[in-house]
Amino acid sequence: MGNQTRHSPGISRLMCFILATASAAACGSAQAQAARDYISIVGSSTVYPFATVVAEQFGRTTKFKTPKIESTGTGGGLKLFCNGVGVQHPDIANASRRITQTEVDTCAKNGVKEIVEVKIGYDGIVVANSKSAPHFNLALRDLYLALAKNVPDPAGAPKLVPNPYKKWSEINAKLPADKIEILGPPPTSGTRDAFLELVMEPGAKTFPFVAGLDKDAFTAGSHTLREDGAYIEAGENDNLIVQKLEANPHQLGIFGYSFLEQNADKIQGSQINGVGPEFEAISAGKYPISRPLFFYVKKAHVGVIPGIKEYLSEFTSDAALSDTGYLSDKGLIPMNDKERKAVVADAKGLAAMTMSGGH
Amino acid sequence: MSSKPGESVKDVVARGISRRYRNERIFRALGLGALCIGLGFLAFFFYTLIANSYTALRQTRVLLDINFDAAVIDPAGNRAPDDLATADYQRLARDALNAMFPDITARAERRELNALLSSGAGLELRSLVIGTPTLIGTKEPVWLLVDDDVDVVVKGHMSRDLPENQRRLNDRQLRVVMALEQQGRIEQRFNRYFFTNGDSRDPELAGIWSATVGSFFMLLVTLALSFPVAVATAIYLEEFASRNRWTDLIEVNINNLAAVPSIVFGLLGLALFINLFGLPRSAPLVGGLVLSLMTLPVIIIASRAALTAVPPSIREAALGLGASKMQMVMHHVLPLAMPGMLTGTIIGMARALGESAPLLMIGMVAFIVDIPKSPLSPSTALPVQVYLWADSPERAFVERTSAAIVVLLVFLLVMNATAILLRKHFERRY
Repeated sequence: MGNQTRHSPGISRLMCFILATASAAACGSAQAQAARDYISIVGSSTVYPFATVVAEQFGRTTKFKTPKIESTGTGGGLKLFCNGVGVQHPDIANASRRITQTEVDTCAKNGVKEIVEVKIGYDGIVVANSKSAPHFNLALRDLYLALAKNVPDPAGAPKLVPNPYKKWSEINAKLPADKIEILGPPPTSGTRDAFLELVMEPGAKTFPFVAGLDKDAFTAGSHTLREDGAYIEAGENDNLIVQKLEANPHQLGIFGYSFLEQNADKIQGSQINGVGPEFEAISAGKYPISRPLFFYVKKAHVGVIPGIKEYLSEFTSDAALSDTGYLSDKGLIPMNDKERKAVVADAKGLAAMTMSGGH
Repeated sequence: MSSKPGESVKDVVARGISRRYRNERIFRALGLGALCIGLGFLAFFFYTLIANSYTALRQTRVLLDINFDAAVIDPAGNRAPDDLATADYQRLARDALNAMFPDITARAERRELNALLSSGAGLELRSLVIGTPTLIGTKEPVWLLVDDDVDVVVKGHMSRDLPENQRRLNDRQLRVVMALEQQGRIEQRFNRYFFTNGDSRDPELAGIWSATVGSFFMLLVTLALSFPVAVATAIYLEEFASRNRWTDLIEVNINNLAAVPSIVFGLLGLALFINLFGLPRSAPLVGGLVLSLMTLPVIIIASRAALTAVPPSIREAALGLGASKMQMVMHHVLPLAMPGMLTGTIIGMARALGESAPLLMIGMVAFIVDIPKSPLSPSTALPVQVYLWADSPERAFVERTSAAIVVLLVFLLVMNATAILLRKHFERRY
């Protein structure tokens, strides 16, 4: 019994400590969210590496706090962004594609009426393989035939048949006689959306009868990728794809240009329609698979959340966005001077976007 | 194996004995084999982890003779803190480097030379000057951070023999690095930023501390909520509640909850705590609330098992000596069950520490530079930091990813060790 009483106070002390921290945490929650003194940013994982560099620079050089940046994907980010106006909603959404009319409508319905659109540059999507493998020169048509679930009948009849191709040489005699195996992003990825739009659609359109299909049938025909093992969903992690390519020289991989740039000692980018994924070619618009990147600012939050205007001017400054800026060091393909000047002017004036206008 | 006529029991046993021994030997060999395979995987895991991570402990620095020029730092000459904080310190570092290579004059080549320095070099000089303003006007040698591309080359993660277009450093930059190495001005030093900084897009400045603090706050909230609630639930169900259809239903539901995938709790947290209660996104408080929902059933089940394991004779003896039911539980049953409850808590908390899926939904997969100050500051967690770094293009993040995993494991070990010490402290035998 003596032993007993020696231990009981210990337990009650432990309980007391735990209850005290619990109540402290509860008290803290009462004053939650009265105000927010940092910028909240959500959106695309493709824009994330660029936005974070700007945010860090902004936090270092101004008196404002470093913005919080969530990597939610373009669609998820715009959904959060359009949920409403107020401190609990994000101020800025990053996007690896343009905002859609549906999203603008949702925004407007929830009171987010004025949105400032800022284009920041381009991102190239590369199709790469290991340095130890032969260098590919692919046409968009080759990629379409290699990846679509249903392709035009090789016998020539104007109908779609399940993809019969096993080797690259069956598609195009100039390509090696290797098994078709391509690692790429899952359906939730913006990179995949862009790939479908920029590669699969134009690839499909090279067949006149496919191009002549009605819109739904065309989308189904060009946007459905193979499920027989030729296309391997490798998850959102591009580094993983790079490692797998290095280990298996027979595979190709699809990912963002910045990963090719950082791993140029291990992998090589295939030429697309005869153009290699090089910085100059992408920024000149010669490389076929590149897409614009954006971010969207909620105008109602400017002046309410401190620092939004200053963040915008940091992002659109020459030090960041120009072709020698720090974002191009990180793999962003900059716009040409004329386009950039227009974007900077719009951002400075906080000009609200219109869908029809476009920039 | 049936006995033949005229055979004694002893013969039957003798006939089978060698087979029985053989079976036992095979079974033991299989068990040992399974153990060896398990240990082999563990050894491989630790080997790759440590082999990949130990280089992150050191960071390449360059020795530069910095001229703390008053005209650059404090042109007004009044040592005002605001002026000192905003001066162009990167320029001091650049000037010192340029002075060492006076033959590099072309603008483009100068830019390449300056790119060898980390943007952290200026930040380091700033904190030096703000700490000791008397440095202004003097000339001191200082070890400064270099860019991650230089670090990768110096550490040998990227070969110097590659053709120029496959390297991150071009030939001129590589020559500068090698010249500095020959003068003994390049050294690898302890990478303290990894342990003191928050996330950064410059690998040489990126650190694990903000994620560690975020995980700590989150687990504190989880522990503070789930442990008392779970123990109270278990005591009530086990010692006070009458057994009927309702308590059976509750029991089944608790068991089912323990098996619900964690992402579901994330969705619940998003709908309940953020959308309904209006708590901030990315806050460890919300993360802790979500994780405590997830951990509760685990601790309840373990606590109930611990209570059941207390011999009924103890309860009867206490009641027989005139203790009330409350006294019986608090003085006798609970102290005996506490070690088992703590074990359940360790398991639950360890799972909570490694969880990243539910945090995705409540906005904790985020870029956080500032160290969180309270459970309401925006923050991230250790497993999320591992995920974010694994997804970064820069090569220097590879070693940091492994190092972050090691930190996560150490955090887990410290947490478990504390719980085991507590358990030892409370453990008693009759």
